[in-house]
Order: sequence, then structure tokens, then C-alpha cells
Amino acid sequence: MKDEWQGFTPGEWCEGINVSDFIKKNYHLYEGDDSFLAGPTAKSKKVWHKCEELLQEELKKHVLDIETEVMSGINSFKPGYIDRENEVIVGLQTDAPLKRIMQPFGGIRLLEKELSVYHYEANPTMMAYFKEFRKTHNDGVFDAYDKEIRAARHAGLLTGLPDAYGRGRIIGDYRRIALYGIDYLMEQKKNEWDNVFIGTMDENLIRLREELAMQYRALEEIKKMAAGYGFDISRPASNAREAVQWLYFGYLAAVKENNGAAMSLGRVDAFLDIYFERDLKRGRITEEMVQELVDQFVIKLRLVRHLRTPEYDELFSGDPTWVTSSMGGVTTELKPMVTKTSFRLLHTLTNLDPSPEPNMTVLWSKYLPENYKRYCAKMSIRTDALQYENDDIMRPIYGDDYAIACCVSAMRVGKDMQFFGARCNLAKALLYAINGGYDEETKEKVVEGLEPITDEYLDYDKVLKNYQKAMSIVANTYSNAMNVIHYMHDKYSYEASQMALHDTDVHRYMAYGIAGLSVATDSLSAIKYARVKPIRDEKGIAYDFEITGEFPKYGNDDDRVDDLAKMITEYFSQELKKHHCYRDAEPTLSVLTITSNVVYGNKTGATPDGRQAHVPFAPGANPMHGRDEMGAIASLNSVAKIDYAKCCKDGISNTFSIVPSALGKDEDEQVTNLVSLLTGYFDQKAHHLNVNVLNRELLIDAMNNPEKYPLLTIRVSGYSVRFNRLTRKQQEEVIARTFHTKL
Amino acid sequence: MMRASIASIESFSTVDGPGIRSTIFLNCCSLRCKYCHNPEMWAMGKMNMSSDELVAKIRHFKPYYGTMGGVTFSGGEPLMQGDFLLDVMPKLKREGLHLALDTAGIAHTNIAAILEYTDLIIFDIKDITKERFYALTGGDIEDSWAFIAIANRLNKKFWLRQVIVPTIHDNSAFLKDLALYIKDHFPKENILKIEFLPYHKLGSEKYTTLNIPNPYHDMPEMDPLKCEQLYREFLKYYNS
Repeated sequence: MKDEWQGFTPGEWCEGINVSDFIKKNYHLYEGDDSFLAGPTAKSKKVWHKCEELLQEELKKHVLDIETEVMSGINSFKPGYIDRENEVIVGLQTDAPLKRIMQPFGGIRLLEKELSVYHYEANPTMMAYFKEFRKTHNDGVFDAYDKEIRAARHAGLLTGLPDAYGRGRIIGDYRRIALYGIDYLMEQKKNEWDNVFIGTMDENLIRLREELAMQYRALEEIKKMAAGYGFDISRPASNAREAVQWLYFGYLAAVKENNGAAMSLGRVDAFLDIYFERDLKRGRITEEMVQELVDQFVIKLRLVRHLRTPEYDELFSGDPTWVTSSMGGVTTELKPMVTKTSFRLLHTLTNLDPSPEPNMTVLWSKYLPENYKRYCAKMSIRTDALQYENDDIMRPIYGDDYAIACCVSAMRVGKDMQFFGARCNLAKALLYAINGGYDEETKEKVVEGLEPITDEYLDYDKVLKNYQKAMSIVANTYSNAMNVIHYMHDKYSYEASQMALHDTDVHRYMAYGIAGLSVATDSLSAIKYARVKPIRDEKGIAYDFEITGEFPKYGNDDDRVDDLAKMITEYFSQELKKHHCYRDAEPTLSVLTITSNVVYGNKTGATPDGRQAHVPFAPGANPMHGRDEMGAIASLNSVAKIDYAKCCKDGISNTFSIVPSALGKDEDEQVTNLVSLLTGYFDQKAHHLNVNVLNRELLIDAMNNPEKYPLLTIRVSGYSVRFNRLTRKQQEEVIARTFHTKL
Repeated sequence: MMRASIASIESFSTVDGPGIRSTIFLNCCSLRCKYCHNPEMWAMGKMNMSSDELVAKIRHFKPYYGTMGGVTFSGGEPLMQGDFLLDVMPKLKREGLHLALDTAGIAHTNIAAILEYTDLIIFDIKDITKERFYALTGGDIEDSWAFIAIANRLNKKFWLRQVIVPTIHDNSAFLKDLALYIKDHFPKENILKIEFLPYHKLGSEKYTTLNIPNPYHDMPEMDPLKCEQLYREFLKYYNS
């Protein structure tokens, strides 16, 4: 046993990389309440105060600074500090806090645009050389895209594809560095390169061997980067502070090298707690010092930045980085994995202040200790910064060492990765089914092979048949696009530092997505149960719909319409699964829009459910605003019916907003009721819930007087955001959203 | 099987009894309270749901109720559809649910049988003398007393509610009389809660839509903070 492991219970984890085994043999379940928690130390307060000033300045300028002399890379930048003498955890993306990185490998044109928006210029010699000698991911993608893909992309049928920006949603197992030290991880990769992944040099093996070599070098770079800060991470972490620091260096390398859309942290609560408990037991550290480590670690995570364009902000607003931090959950033996550190992480929202990042994600199980459930509910009510995901439906698929990437994407840490695929606008696809493949906005033909429906009143069976055909064709185009994107991403913008912290024979998901589910569902319901008459232009393209009669609407726990939502997701999933994926990835599907529901809505004409042209969609799997007339439980139940395990294994996002007085008259009652609500929702195999407890009036006031609410944080689809960083249009959309309230 | 005329269902409520509850708003009421905020529920509408359909819906909501919550029948005056209640409440009881009845007690029906299945009565007092009660609601307070008598005989638990209307209920004389009235009519140990609800005008649009005259068109809203003060004053009388 290595010296650094003294005091730990040995097991399989000592023989080879197995963090899960280490955690399960060593973590300390905590079933008590939050009374043990410590406030922030003077050091943490000083560091955070400095950051607050910088964040204020950044908010005014939007981007505080950009490093223009050096491109992204694990060890491209000199060490940087916020307040060196008070920092107990160190390391910044560049040499200064909030200074953003140029990441050219995704696409150089995008980078140039980003720089010009903020009036920066990169070192011209470097740019000239880069453009002359280096091809990017974006170049590669457009060399291979066919005209179907280009048309679908242009029309907004496929939107937000990671073909010009980093795909993200990869979680390195950053814990491995703390537990094993870098040298051991390098040895393993070297051994695999020499002895395991050898044989006939076909394309797959060649690519894998090249990647292994890149991974090996990335680990070496991480070691050098850490050495720049004065730490030798070649060996395992030997105490609490080192454990946090080593783990953070791993994460830091990832965000220096990549600007993936979501750069998630993984699941660190029980892991770090083991180191904290060991030092507490040895009397080397106090609760205040432990909380200081956690607070300062979280401060670092809050400072992560990527360079984005305003168009990107419109899709994913509020400058999110999705440092998603998963916590809680139970083991496959149903023992809760809640530790004191599951509390300490959430306690940073009290010690520092409410903040969107890291994206606090509670893996909810009915087996969690009551005290922890109540603490989470309390923090939700106070900060609106938590999301909940159902461990009881994920654990049977992913085991007990998985984490959430981005908003709702589960993967086994270090064993699974995913090819992020943004989403397909299924409300638009329905219009194509009616209009014979013509786009209702551009009037151009986007999808070949569909006959227009020319009836005066829409016939459900005919529309459905055409819609299913449309979904099949779109699934084919979508799958082709994804294969191209991820082939090129691997080739030109490979995430070596993150993949080095995975098993080499990693399992891959192809993560497709849906937008506009509630609009498509209600539209089919209107066609089925009411009479819908398309209003067509001279080309025969329906630009509006007249609806006569009533129809059931998604969000009222009414199977007549909820079954249509199930049908759409299941049909589309089944069509996608027919296509072979690059690198044998397993196809999955999410119902998640992030804040892009506003942009998708804006690009989509009037729909048969009575939604006017350009009106935002509901986010994720939410029912459309104001249509869930039977209140919160019925609304939640409709969403809960969409089958996670069968077709939407990449997540089903639901955002729930309620005014405090509707949740209960005092905090204690509100906590009890929120726990009951979460219990009821997740009991029905629902997947995800964002919880906001706030008044609509408060949001309206915050929209009009942003300076009064600098810290107001709310949950949008799958992440938290500072309200004042949303665009006006998005703020209006959030305010228009159903708030569960009662007279 | 009985069918009911249901105005709406609110699947999630935390104000109509303990815990998380679903509230069923039943159509029809014989009173015409001047402050009524649900005038659309005065008339009996279409019979639109059977007891089994309602039970099936509630079964879907049940996982959210926790240990305290359940179902509340409100309206309208739920007792106006007493036969339906007698059909559906035993079925819900068999589901193990906590049942509350939000009522003014005004209806000629088998009250005792309904109360057998009722765990909590949310009782709307409205006013405290025959004349005032009639002036406010157009109803007879003796119906209310008859209901209270049956409930007391069955030893039922109450949440008492009093809407506070400016100029009518916001004076010390009324509050003193109310305290006495409550002591006279309800056994203290059966009163779990007394609530004051400030008169609000959120229902006034409905009068316009339904094109019926709003008797309180010019009545100002009750200030919630003032209402809390009045409640504290009331408690002084009630506890003395």
C-alpha cells in the first residue's frame, strides 16, 4: 500500500484504476442535519471579495479580458492567482482571473468573430500561421456535410449543432489524479499503448493508438502545469488539501484545453469526503478548514469562462459553463452516498452567495436520508440554484458511480463519454409533414420525399403518417450530421486531457435531442380532437391554422394527449436507433432545450396547436405556458410519463416555478411540501426537475431594475443563471412561464 | 355510478387543508355572497365526471400528498352535490386519503353521512347574526347552525375561516362578537386553526366576463397587513 493511502480500507482499487471501489469501501455516510456546517473563513471571504469586484467589472464589459498571445492548451499559460496569500486552492485558466482563452481548433472563423465582437485582436503572426497551416473541426465538418444537412441546419430544423464550437459534455474522472497520481495513470496508458491496443493496423486501431499517445502526453502536460504552481502531482494526494488541489488540476487542464459547451465536474462529494474525514480523524484539520477548501474550490469553479459570441449567448444564455456537480445518490446496495461534503458543497451557496455555477445537481433517491432531502429543499427555496435528477431510475442503468454532464446527461465517470448532438426541432418537422417538406418561414424546400397535405381540414391519420415519415427522413439527416461532426471533432479538436482520464476502451453515447415536444404534441392533439384548418399561402404552404373546438393539452395528466408525447419521443428514438453511429456509439435522446426554446420558437411559424409564429417554445419537456390548467401535480405527471429508460436515456428536463406562498406559509412547511412534491414526482419515474421558488413580481422588478438584484439566480432549462445576464426576450419568456400559484 | 358537475380541479394546493392537497371545485351554490370570487360556480353545470373517473385522477396525484396531504372538496358549495360526495368519498377513503370539506354548511343533504368520511371541515363562517348573514350571503344562518350541530355531535375537527371585508368586519365590535360566536358554537378542542382571509378583488373580472352585476364593485380590497393586525386583536378576545 502506498504511503498516501495509509488509513484507507484497501480493495480492488489498489490493484488497478477503480475509483468507485475506493469510494464504496471508504466513504462515511452522514445522516445528520446541517448544524455542523461552518461559515466562511477570513481567507475565503477575502478571495471571494476580490472575485466579486472582478465579476462586477466583467458584467459591465461582458468580457473582462482575453489572452491574445497564446492559444488554448493545458500548459500554455503562466500560473495565475486571485489573491495568492489567501488562496488555499490555486490555479486559473490563464494567468489572470476571468481572462478568457482563444480556442481555435473548433473553428477559426468563430474565434475571429468572438475577438472582433469584444474588440480584441490576436497576435497577427500567430493567426496567420494558424490559418495557413492548421485545419479546424469546423473546416472538416463543412468539407463533408451534404446538402440535406446544410438545408436542415440553415432552416433551423437542426440547431445548435456543435460543428463550430466545442462539443463538451465529457467528464474526465478528475478524481483519478488525486487517488493515483499522474505517473501511475501515465504508466497505465503507456502499457496499453505497448501491449494492449496492438495488432492489425486498421482505421480504428490507428486512431485509438494515436489518441492514446495524445492522452499520455496530455497527462505529462497536466503534471507540468501543476508543477508551475509548485505542486508535484506525479504521486497520489496525501491529505485533504492535496486531494482537492490534485482533482482541481485535472479539471483545470480540461478547461484550459477545451471550450466545450458543458464542462462538467462529475461526482466528487463522497470521494473528497473520504480525505476530509481522514484528516479530521487524525486531528490535522478542523471543520472550518474543510469548508474553506470546499469554498475555495467552488470559487475557482465559479471563475471558469469560455469565449462565446452573442449568437451563442442567445442559444445558451447567461454565460453558462455547466460545471455540473453531481451529489448524493445511493449505492446499488441502496446505502445512501450522502456525506458531510454533500452538505458542504451546497453550503457554499450560503457562505459565498447564490450562484449559477457550479451547477448543483442532487441525485435524488427515495433512500436519501430525510435530513439531506430537507436540507436540499431548504437550499432550493433560499437560492433557486439546485436541480434534482432521479437516481432511482438512473442507477439501474449507470450503476452508482455516474455523474451528470451539462444538464441531464448521465454517464459513468471515466467509463462513458458522449457525442453531444444538440437537438432537432420536432415542431418544425410537423409543419414539414403538413407542407410537403417546405419551410414555412423561408418557403424553401428543406426535406425531400414528403407529399404536402392539401385537405381543407387536417386529417389526423394522414398527418400522423406523414409526420412519421418526416421523422424518419429527419432522423437520417440528423444521424449523418452527427457522424460527420464527431468524426471531425475527434480528428481536429480531440479532448486529450479529458479522455486521458477515461478508460481507454470508453463506451460512447450518440446524444440526440428534441426541441418543441409540447408544441408538436398539442398540435397533434388539436388535429385529432378538434378541427384544424390550415391557412395556406399561394404556394400552398400553411402559415396559420384555424382551430374549432376543444382539445386536451399536454400538462394536465390526460392520457389522450400525454400518450402523443410518448409516441413522438418513442417513434423518433426508434428511427434514430436505425442508423449506425460513428465509433459504434449507442444512440440516446434527450428532451432538453436549455434556453434555446426562445430561438427555436423564433424560427418556427404558427403551429396547429394555436401557437402563433415566432412565439417561444416551452423549455425542455415542459408543457406550454398556461396550458397546464390543473395545477402543478397534473403538470408534473404529464412530463413524468415520458419514458426515460426506453427512449430518453439522455434526460428529460422539466423546469418548475412556484411562488413561495403557494408552497407553504413558512419555511418549515415549504420544505416539507417541496420534499413531498419531489418524492411524488420521482416516484413516478420522472427524470429531472429544476426548482424555482420565487414571485413573478420579483422577476418583473428585476427585469426593470437589474441593479437591485445583482445576485438573483434562477433555474432555467437544466442550469442556473444570473437573471440579469439573460436577454430581455429571455427574461420575458421566463416571466411568461407558468408559475404555479393559487388564488 | 354518480356523476358530478365539476368546475375545475387544482391538483396542487397547500392552502386548502394540511400538506399537499388536490382541490375539487364542485359547481352549484345557493348562497350569493357579495364577495364571492367564484361566481362561475353558482349554477350547476354539465355533469362532466363520474366518481370513478375522479378517483382515477386522484390516484395519479396521491404520490405527492406525503403523510399529511389529501383531497379537499370545495366549490361552489360542495354539499349541493351531496349525493356525489356520498358516492366518491368512501372510494377515496378506501385509498387511504385524508379528506377535507370546504363548506359553509348550507345544503339540505345527508350531512351526517358525508361527515362520516370527512377528516377535516374547513368551515366558512361568513357572518354571525341572522340579519348580517342574510345581508351578506342571501342565506339563512340557521342552516349553518344545523350543520355545526351535526358536526359537533360527530366530534369533527375544524379549520374556521372568516373573510374580512372592509367596513363590515374590520371593527373591534365584530371581532369581539366573532370570538364569542366561535366559543359558543364550536368545542375549542376541535378547532385546529382559525384563519382570516382579507377580501380581494381577484374574482372581479369574472363578473364582467359573466355579465352579472358585482355587488362589491366599489368595495376596496382588504389590506393584508391590516388583516393580520385584526387577527391579532381577535386572538386577544378569543383567548381571554
